[in-house]
Amino acid sequence: MAKRIASISGHECVACGCCVKVCPRNAITIRKGIHAVVDSSKCTGCGSCVRECPASVIALSESGVGL
Amino acid sequence: MKNKWYDYLWIASALYLSLGFFNILFAWLGLICFATPLLISVITGSKAYCNKYCGRGQLFDLLGKKLKLSRNKSIPQWIRSKWFRYGFLTFFMLMFMLMIFNSVLVFKDVKSLSQAVTLLWTFRIPWHWAHKITEVPAWVSQFAFGFYSVMLTSTILGIITMLLYKPRSWCVYCPMGTMTQLICKVRAGAEK
Ligand code: SF4
Ligand code: SF4
Ligand code: SF4
Repeated sequence: MAKRIASISGHECVACGCCVKVCPRNAITIRKGIHAVVDSSKCTGCGSCVRECPASVIALSESGVGL
Repeated sequence: MKNKWYDYLWIASALYLSLGFFNILFAWLGLICFATPLLISVITGSKAYCNKYCGRGQLFDLLGKKLKLSRNKSIPQWIRSKWFRYGFLTFFMLMFMLMIFNSVLVFKDVKSLSQAVTLLWTFRIPWHWAHKITEVPAWVSQFAFGFYSVMLTSTILGIITMLLYKPRSWCVYCPMGTMTQLICKVRAGAEK
């Protein structure tokens, strides 16, 4: 079963860091001040960051390749 | 999560906005909010200012979440589009230069000091009561009025989008945020 994790539309991310602050698993980092990236091994798909993102550029999606 | 010292910088932001009502010269302190994020991004290539230290972002977060002054809706696509973000940054910079130009005119005695705060680049609000120290050169006060206008205007815009969308909606189109992200992009590109 594919687990659902946060995926960020990198080119639309404004790198504000709101998602980093709310992630209970510390799964998000802001790479080089450009955009946020999710560590898929840490993310539990709780959805906190999705609700938080002021730009609404995070969605939960199946991580499994070739679903 | 345990709060760090910098999680209280919203107090400084709130204080800054209040002080302008008492003495306009405090507006000069706002230069810190311009220089710090730029320096951080140029030197470290990160958005640590936005991610950690920005009191304004924290203030919107607090008002929107703790006081529930936000509808928590998604921001319209056009506000987060590149053309709007860069367009707003350009407009903001132009207005900023105009403000400096105004101070220069006052410095050169071409114009006299206007004791007013201009909100949303349109509405002039008399603000003479905050002009308490008149011994400083007129351009120093003019710059303070102009700078405070910028800070108050952006706060008003930020409050409107906080109410309509998510608490920190301002961060989507904040000129400082856009500019620091741009600097980081250029820096990362140059490293390659
Ligand atoms: S979905 Fe939850 S665990 Fe995953 S990145 Fe977002 S906040 Fe963190
Ligand atoms: S909250 Fe949204 S816009 Fe801000 S850094 Fe995270 S993904 Fe990017
Ligand atoms: S985007 Fe602007 S308001 Fe938001 S954290 Fe960065 S500097 Fe502060």
